[in-house]
Amino acid sequence: MVAVAASSGHQPRLFQYRKSLILGGILLAWLVLWVVLRNVGTLSLGAADLTPLHRWINSVNDAVGASRNSNPVFLYFFNEIRLVIDEFVTFIQALIAQPSFGRPVPVIGWLGVVAIAGFVSLAVAGWRIALLAVAGFVFLGLQGLWQESMDTLSLTLAAVAISLLIGIPLGIWAGLSDRAHRVLTPVLDFMQTMPTFVYLAPLTLFFLIGPASATIATLIYAAPPAIRITAHAIRSVPRNTVEASESLGATRKQTLVKVLLPSARKTIVLGVNQTIMAALSMVTIAALIDAPGLGKTVVKALQTLDVGTAFNAGLAIVVLAIVLDRVTTAATERRKLPRWALFGGAGVTAVCVYLSYTYLWAAEFQTDVEIGSSINKGATAVTEWAQDSLPVLTGGFKDFVTFALINPLQALLAESPWFLVALVIVAVSFMIGGVRPAIISAVCVALLIATGLWQDSMITLASTLVATIMVMLLGIVVGVWMGRSRRADRFIRPVLDAAQVMPAFVYLVPFLALFSASRFTAIIAAVVFAAPVAIKIIADGIRAVSPATVEASTALGSSSWQTIVKVQLPMARGALTLAANQGLIYVLSMVVVGGLVGAGALGYDVVAGFSQGQLYGKGLAAGLAIVVLGVMLDRLTQAAAKRWTN
Amino acid sequence: MARHSVLGAVLVGALALAGCGGAKVGDTSSGATGDCGTFNLAINPWVGYEANAAVLAYVAEKELGCKVTKKELKEEVAWQGFGTGEVDAVVENWGHDDLRKKYIDEQKTAVSAGSTGVKGQIGWYVPPWLAKEHPDVLDWNNLNKYAEQFKTSESGDKGQLLDGDPSFVTNDEALVKNLNLNYKVVYGGSETALIQAFRQAEKDKKWVIGYFYSPQWLLNEVKLEKVKLPEYKAGCDADAEKVACDYPDYDLDKIVSKKFADANGPAFQLVKNFKWTNEDQNTVAKFIAEDKMKPEDAAKKWAEANADKVKAWLPGKA
Repeated sequence: MVAVAASSGHQPRLFQYRKSLILGGILLAWLVLWVVLRNVGTLSLGAADLTPLHRWINSVNDAVGASRNSNPVFLYFFNEIRLVIDEFVTFIQALIAQPSFGRPVPVIGWLGVVAIAGFVSLAVAGWRIALLAVAGFVFLGLQGLWQESMDTLSLTLAAVAISLLIGIPLGIWAGLSDRAHRVLTPVLDFMQTMPTFVYLAPLTLFFLIGPASATIATLIYAAPPAIRITAHAIRSVPRNTVEASESLGATRKQTLVKVLLPSARKTIVLGVNQTIMAALSMVTIAALIDAPGLGKTVVKALQTLDVGTAFNAGLAIVVLAIVLDRVTTAATERRKLPRWALFGGAGVTAVCVYLSYTYLWAAEFQTDVEIGSSINKGATAVTEWAQDSLPVLTGGFKDFVTFALINPLQALLAESPWFLVALVIVAVSFMIGGVRPAIISAVCVALLIATGLWQDSMITLASTLVATIMVMLLGIVVGVWMGRSRRADRFIRPVLDAAQVMPAFVYLVPFLALFSASRFTAIIAAVVFAAPVAIKIIADGIRAVSPATVEASTALGSSSWQTIVKVQLPMARGALTLAANQGLIYVLSMVVVGGLVGAGALGYDVVAGFSQGQLYGKGLAAGLAIVVLGVMLDRLTQAAAKRWTN
Repeated sequence: MARHSVLGAVLVGALALAGCGGAKVGDTSSGATGDCGTFNLAINPWVGYEANAAVLAYVAEKELGCKVTKKELKEEVAWQGFGTGEVDAVVENWGHDDLRKKYIDEQKTAVSAGSTGVKGQIGWYVPPWLAKEHPDVLDWNNLNKYAEQFKTSESGDKGQLLDGDPSFVTNDEALVKNLNLNYKVVYGGSETALIQAFRQAEKDKKWVIGYFYSPQWLLNEVKLEKVKLPEYKAGCDADAEKVACDYPDYDLDKIVSKKFADANGPAFQLVKNFKWTNEDQNTVAKFIAEDKMKPEDAAKKWAEANADKVKAWLPGKA
């Protein structure tokens, strides 16, 4: 097969053509059968209805809860873990966030923390980043959110530290052993796509309400990137480097420590970066089980729809994220600081820490020049303006997209008989990727049916596809622009970072006013979260196209449009498929948030399961359905990407 | 080398000088606590609850010298906390028969501590402008007449009945079916979605009908009107699929952990005696939601103006 494709040039094109024809035929047959069999065998389930599986999960959940105080697993296993993590987090909080050791303030006050942040940044990332870090931390204080920010930082640092402690060794193992890699990959998929809402309540049963549960909730979501990227880093060290080391008689351990880890270092630091970002994106959700910090401020402000206060706190999360991101990104490059700077910096830092330990002015951030309330007022004014003047326009746009795109797609997926959709999915998977993807899709379809939530899954799938199309459109337009212009990149990138870590709850309030509670609102929220990733990947892909090729094209008289369409985009194929894949996964991770603003279907099932005991089992099943959809779409896009880029 | 040490010395000197003028940490000491001990109070995520909790916490700290630890939790998690000993009291409970059954009857980790005096209502509401211009919309018999106006992009060819926060029990799908209404239940999914929908509806005179409840702070701002459904009679909601009557009135009550009740400390007695009215709660909720006061300050303001009510709650008084 591969040999045939490689041997002759025209055959693949013919093959492609035939394939499109078959795909078109499948679609046509589907449409015809849809007309005939509409609303037959859609496997729908009412909002309050349960299947035996859902009831069984409920009973298991109840049994676990009832045995909590007598079960030795709880008493001797979970309790010990909880104790250790609680102590760890509380210790960091005592250092920088909470009054501790009988003092009315933490051990290290704001001045000390700012100095440490500046010094660490200076040591690993250089002057410019150090300035950014200092400015960023002072900004947190000026926002009037010093203590909240430090609570969030403590929890994030603890979760990241534990994630790395577990993640890097696991990543190395998965990097060295194919079997470990095969076993870990689905587990990591599961950890990343299973909605947090599903395991939030059970976590407090296992680890009680408090820092431990919040930390564990965070690290379940934040550890996978560290593991994946470490494994990837180890795997991408060139074979011949490793062989050279082995032929020189190095033991496995020596090869690992002296060759693999140093060459993979840069990529591993990127994993640390991704872990930090993932941990920060959990801040608001962890607040639902009493995690201290900025998330609480956001959640509380939204009870009264106080967008200003929520935005201020959200902005603090963004500032923390940008500082931590830039520091870790810059840390991938080795740099040597002159010794005097290192010692001088250490000295100043020590003095600042001492001052902040001893004196009140350096311990508690004085809010004489407070800007939090101005940010608050500004955000409120902008929101009110938007809510007053835009809804006519935005409402029309919503209706248009809903009737032109969402409704037809949803009708096709959710109102066809299940066996028809299943057949189409398996056939398309076979056309796209061959036998393996077809088998995976068939298994996934069977699992979706088993969850009892087939129709809800199809409704969610329709919205997911629409959102992904929008993500890709935005990704290509903005990504190409950023990829071609350094200046555009500089301005847009911070906005993208902000969109990724700003808690969704903050912008959902104005979105609800603009688009009312609807599937479209949920789609827009998902696009805001997922588009930045796609844009960044495409921008990097476009930039990676060799300048010589682009110049050649320009020299041959191509217009910018021609250069983009004929040269840059085709050459950035790999980035495009990666963007589509990541876009899909990110969109799926917003399904639950969508459930809060009118998406219904799986998202709502999960939210309702979190809120009502008798729906717990259904919520868990819905969470599983999201995971299954995620795995299916991920494998399918990967298979398509492989075919297309080879 | 010299340059840097000078720089360092200057910096250190400046910092040290600045430091000498300030107050030292530990100069002021906090007051001692009484014999009440720690009182773990769950804070469920809505403003009315917060009002109850803020006033209780204020009184517990001020009058009884308790150390109050507030824990912000959803209802499910809060009730679960009774068993693990991390939550002492939930101070506004909306029915939740499922949780009662599980934690009071089966696991026996929780007990009821009586009514809060606040009456809760669940039902279908419309914005005031609509009730004024089309008063007959307030009777369910006329709803089909208006289904066309309530249509949205989410409800297909039927009228939209907007449901919201999944935390509360809803019979709406069964109601729509059993009352033969030409409506589709659309799940907004959060209280925020409901509030925004009603706010916009009143401002732009849009047609919205949805699930809501009182007491709720929004009702101070937008006086939503309740739609009359067939009257509630005891037992008419026994079979979830056959419900064709209104929601019952809820006597919002307090739930405490069994251990907390058995210990019978001052904080428990305070919770047990705590009783006020919808009006009282609305006052405090308004301070928090509209006047943007901190819950502590709102509680203080109310408690100082209502000293006699507070006195009646104190241990040994009731």
